Amino acid sequence: MTPVEETLKRIQSHKGVIGTMVVNAEGIPIRTTLDNSTTVQYAGLLHHLTMKAKSTVRDIDPQNDLTFLRIRSKKHEIMVAPDKEYLLIVIQNPCE
Amino acid sequence: MLPASAKAPHKQPHKQSISIGRGTRKRDEDSGTEVGEGTDEWAQSKATVRPPDQLELTDAELKEEFTRILTANNPHAPQNIVRYSFKEGTYKPIGFVNQLAVHYTQVGNLIPKDSDEGRRQHYRDELVAGSQESVKVISETGDLEEDEEPKELETEPGSQTDVPAAGAGEKVTEEELMTPKQPKERKLTNQFNFSERASQTYNNPVRDRECQTEPPPRTNFSATANQWEIYDAYVEELEKQEKTKEKEKAKTPVAKKSGKMAIRKLTSMESQTDDLIKLSQATKIMERMVNQNTYDDIAQDFKYYDDAADEYRDQVGTLLPLWKFQNDKAKRLSVTALCWNPKYRDLFAVGYGSYDFMKQSRGMLLLYSLKNPSFPEYMFGSNSGVMCLDIHVDHPYLVAVGHYDGNVAIYNLKKPHSQPSFCSSAKSGKHSDPVWQVKWQKDDMDQNLNFFSVSSDGRIVSWTLVKRKLVHVDVIKLKVEGSTTEVPEGLQLHPVGCGTAFDFHKEIDYMFLVGTEEGKIYKCSKSYSSQFLDTYDAHNTSVDTVSWNPYHTKVFMSCSSDWTVKIWDHTIKTPMFIYDLNSAVGDVAWAPYSSTVFAAVTTDGKEKKGQEVQKGPAVEIAKLDKLLNLVREVKIKT
Repeated sequence: MTPVEETLKRIQSHKGVIGTMVVNAEGIPIRTTLDNSTTVQYAGLLHHLTMKAKSTVRDIDPQNDLTFLRIRSKKHEIMVAPDKEYLLIVIQNPCE
Repeated sequence: MLPASAKAPHKQPHKQSISIGRGTRKRDEDSGTEVGEGTDEWAQSKATVRPPDQLELTDAELKEEFTRILTANNPHAPQNIVRYSFKEGTYKPIGFVNQLAVHYTQVGNLIPKDSDEGRRQHYRDELVAGSQESVKVISETGDLEEDEEPKELETEPGSQTDVPAAGAGEKVTEEELMTPKQPKERKLTNQFNFSERASQTYNNPVRDRECQTEPPPRTNFSATANQWEIYDAYVEELEKQEKTKEKEKAKTPVAKKSGKMAIRKLTSMESQTDDLIKLSQATKIMERMVNQNTYDDIAQDFKYYDDAADEYRDQVGTLLPLWKFQNDKAKRLSVTALCWNPKYRDLFAVGYGSYDFMKQSRGMLLLYSLKNPSFPEYMFGSNSGVMCLDIHVDHPYLVAVGHYDGNVAIYNLKKPHSQPSFCSSAKSGKHSDPVWQVKWQKDDMDQNLNFFSVSSDGRIVSWTLVKRKLVHVDVIKLKVEGSTTEVPEGLQLHPVGCGTAFDFHKEIDYMFLVGTEEGKIYKCSKSYSSQFLDTYDAHNTSVDTVSWNPYHTKVFMSCSSDWTVKIWDHTIKTPMFIYDLNSAVGDVAWAPYSSTVFAAVTTDGKEKKGQEVQKGPAVEIAKLDKLLNLVREVKIKT
């Protein structure tokens, strides 16, 4: 297995992680560990949000770029790692 | 006007017209009759009533006879009309005056037969009559199917016989129409009754020819012009320009800067076409984030932990274990070496091996990052246990490793192969005993990488990386002085001392210390290969570690299994300080922040700090089972 796949596997099996998904540049999920409807919902919504965040950061300073996006909610934490072509989304329940 | 009834048969003035005259006569007659009837009344009164305006005439005048002539003169017509003659310039009387008097006019609708209009009407009447006749004929022929020649037909019988009955009927009508036409005169053309003449040329038949191409494929394109999009476009343009410039330059490849280690990027993997490879960066960050969430409190402690109770305790401080790094593949291996990366502060290298003489197995080299305690960043395996390691200061991706089997190797972290980039072998001068310590030196004059290793076989070897090969130079052979045993035949055996530790002077480059298994510490110089500069009788058992004081350049420290830690001044033969720690001391290290603080580890698993000043946060150490090595904090070069 490629290191990337191994890493993804490790992330998924980490403590508290509810689900992971990989979304492409158009907001279409490529790989997921959650059910279809949830995945599609997350993918669509987070894709827009990430684009907006990225646009915001870069508008302020074009030499800057978005590296990570974290949304902490009551129930869990959604983490988005944007890449050039893909978006990696992980939902974790940080046990407190 | 004189009323008729009042008229009497008297003389009347000339003014009156004849008509009136006539009328008066008649009236006279009527009146006469009337008078006749009423004579009885009139006769009674003979006195004639005279109208007041009657002419007074004499009797002679009354008896005068006037003759009346009936003429055709119009009494209303003027009798003397004059017209102006332009020729003569005078008024001239017209001889004849029109005497026509129109009493009554009425416009009638009778036209003469011979006039155009009359003829036309006549012709039209005949046409109507003809069609009526032909209708009768058709009905007759329609009944009979046999071709029947109607009587009116005169001309063109041939055409009739050829054509069947129904058609004959139609033709008959046409001919019927035609026949009354012929005797008629040709119609004259005028503005009311005109005939149009036209001729039509033969038009070529129009043919449509069409050609349809496939419409060009269309896609919708939309974009927003943000500041960063414009910036990106400019950057791309710039890169293109630079590329073209480079191509124009000499073809020799530009030497890349090898100074930076790219921890965050995995290189190669180009052979794989898996799209997910591009995610490597994102997954790395994500894993760290996930771990951060899990180990959030530890991260907080790492940064902010300060035990207030430390102030009240004198000799005992607190050591808070933070992280535990473990890996399945490194099970049953002891940690033999630790080293922090000089450039990336969160990265440290761990060497795995075994101290057990009997059980020797493989070794491993793992590099962990504090940001991700669950999985190592880099992993290397080796055949023999790793005993020591060192990371180059200037090239933080180069790790020098010494093995139990005496080999040394250099691992290049930029190329994550599991094999070392360079390795010594039996013929290239490896040690014959385990290598206890390796240390990078400054690049030699040819800019070659260079490191030293010390081993139990008594040799201190300098390894140089020359043109991708490890070249070894024996710097010093450790000889045990004064104990040559005499063997017959005059051979002198020089027992070789076993080096266990060494350390280089911070300032004086060529000077270094070597600790041996015999308990002696030799001060050596790189330039003198046979002689030691100085010898210290340090310990009773093997010297485990020697270390120069980072601030006090004359002072060094040594520790050994004889339960002692000794601090020396290299000019004085006897130690300055001796610390007895009640158990074998495995390792000792100076604190990087102070010249008077050091840490020592003993085999009972406790870390001891010897110092004069006791303050300070707990040193973070990865907790190992039998601490034999101590992580040396890297001195920050200013």
